[in-house]
Amino acid sequence: MSILVNKDTRLLVQGFTGSQGTLHSEQAIEYGTNIVGGVTPGKGGQKHLNKPVFNTVEEAMKEVKPNASIIFVPAKFCKDSILEAAESGIKLIICITEGVPTLDMLEVKKRVDNLGVRLIGPNCPGVITPGETKLGIMPGSIHKPGSIGIISRSGTLTYEAVKQTTDLGFGQSSCVGIGGDPIPGSSFIDILKLFENDVQTKAIVMVGEIGGNAEEAAAEYILNNVSKPVISYIAGQTAPAGKRMGHAGAIIAGGKGTAEDKIKKLKECGVHVADNLVSIGAKVDEVLNS
Amino acid sequence: MNLHEYQGKLLFAQYNLPVSKGEVIFSANDAIEACNKIGGSKWVVKAQVHAGGRGKAGGVELIESPDQAVEFSKKWLGKRLITYQTDKEGQLVNSILIEECTEIAKELYLSAVIDRDSQQIVFIGSSEGGVNIEDVAKNSPEKIIYKGIDSNNSNIEDNAISIAKVLKLNDGQTKQFIPMIQNLFQLFIEKDLSLLEINPLVITEQGNLHCLDAKINIDANALYRQPDIREMHDETQEDPQEVEAAKSDLSYVSLDGNIGCMVNGAGLAMGTMDTIKFFGGNPANFLDVGGTATQERVTKAFKIILKDPEVKVVLVNIFGGIVRCDLIAEGVVAAIKEVNVDIPVVVRLEGNNAVLGAKILSDADIEIQSINNLTDAAKKAVELAE
Repeated sequence: MSILVNKDTRLLVQGFTGSQGTLHSEQAIEYGTNIVGGVTPGKGGQKHLNKPVFNTVEEAMKEVKPNASIIFVPAKFCKDSILEAAESGIKLIICITEGVPTLDMLEVKKRVDNLGVRLIGPNCPGVITPGETKLGIMPGSIHKPGSIGIISRSGTLTYEAVKQTTDLGFGQSSCVGIGGDPIPGSSFIDILKLFENDVQTKAIVMVGEIGGNAEEAAAEYILNNVSKPVISYIAGQTAPAGKRMGHAGAIIAGGKGTAEDKIKKLKECGVHVADNLVSIGAKVDEVLNS
Repeated sequence: MNLHEYQGKLLFAQYNLPVSKGEVIFSANDAIEACNKIGGSKWVVKAQVHAGGRGKAGGVELIESPDQAVEFSKKWLGKRLITYQTDKEGQLVNSILIEECTEIAKELYLSAVIDRDSQQIVFIGSSEGGVNIEDVAKNSPEKIIYKGIDSNNSNIEDNAISIAKVLKLNDGQTKQFIPMIQNLFQLFIEKDLSLLEINPLVITEQGNLHCLDAKINIDANALYRQPDIREMHDETQEDPQEVEAAKSDLSYVSLDGNIGCMVNGAGLAMGTMDTIKFFGGNPANFLDVGGTATQERVTKAFKIILKDPEVKVVLVNIFGGIVRCDLIAEGVVAAIKEVNVDIPVVVRLEGNNAVLGAKILSDADIEIQSINNLTDAAKKAVELAE
């Protein structure tokens, strides 16, 4: 078992023939991902990486029946690409692109929710089920099939947590990067729910960061709904207030969304908080082997 | 991206929102003409900087003769205004907004933001204006109302009426307030705002609503479709190093420590700063070199980090992702040579081909501390910075 994606996932790549789409599709195919085709308007009928290219998602749906899509198109086209996939019947959409305008996401989020579509991202590394399939830009080599479910708002921080759990031998059931934007397609809670119901997952690592109150909301949810141990790390403990730290989401405004507040809330709700980035793996070990 | 008050008010005027008659000047020579053009016998002069708290810092004055406008302009133009919201350097004053004087009966508060929780645009109103709204939220939360606008705007009029009640507006004012909220919402959507604040929104002696201030923040990701607003960007209001970094697509924020940081990914960059602090050191900056740490970007990043004279050591922390660590290592070595880095550099490379990357770093004919483990790398950087 795993969540969201597995060896049966049939992936469609939107923005397939662009440089990012090509690079990451090659890596995904190498990892074993079943890419059934791609979409690049105007290039329909061609072959790329030995897979068929379509002009629209609708055509691809008829021909190769994908059940998930990954989006690499430029930010200004993401809204249309996500909605095209959602309205064509794709139920899992992963948007890697960063820089999508927030108002576009407000509209997209409402529409995908109404259509019952699960959107991950934008501005995220994607989703991987180690040993089965990789829908994203993460380095496959650091992962290992195992028992830890990982959720994170940040790309390279996710890798750090992955590496530590791999090195200690736990491995991962699935890893989901929900992205660092203010309006993400999926929240920590959405993914926590999936991991709670996944038999392969024995513990969950939730990597958060300053800004917003997604971690606080997740903490409440964990207290009331999650029976599995949750280990967390919050980045940005030393970030000054009012400064935007790269991620659109990572800003402390008006005293809200500080690492201190988040850690306090997580601890109150029974989450095991690693006090340092380098001790996430050790904390997992301590929780599972005590 | 932030706008100046005068720019915000130009947008307000475009959307039929009540603002004062005013003129912006960039030279004291234009002060008298501006006052005459506005007319009347009393004016308000306001230094334009991207920060609040200007009044208390002397950046806003009530004047009764055009000569005083000249005096005020000479005093502030080209100088830096320091308020409780700026750093100790303050913000450069490039322009002065001169406005007709408004007789105020009551000060209120109105703002709109994108609320992450309800995932909609939320208006925030309070009967307490002209003060720090966070203090009101803490001390008398009952004086603040929050109303989210549906995606199809169907509830906008009802919400405007609910806010008007909390603001204690009379019927006539409520009739002015409803289109005001509608126009502000339109402005928010059409110009890709991420924040809009009118503090204070006032009731004039004549009993009319009036926007006395305008604070607007635009979603930087949407600037490609807002060419008029992009023109309004005033980069003198930002840290020059941050501006330069942004030109190279690097995300940089200067801090007050002495350990320069170069990291790929915003989350890991924050995590690295935290790790340095955890081991007793002080980061000099946040720097996200981006997903693809090429030689060109690493070179640029070194140049920016080294402009800070406080920096005693640089910690490079790259999680190699898709890009192979040996390629990154070659880039780092070449960058250090090109920039002529003369302080210690600690490099931690992880990910694909990390071992090969480490070998390239240790074999290089320059001084690099290659440490694969982040704990040890951070400790080393802290030790070298002491």
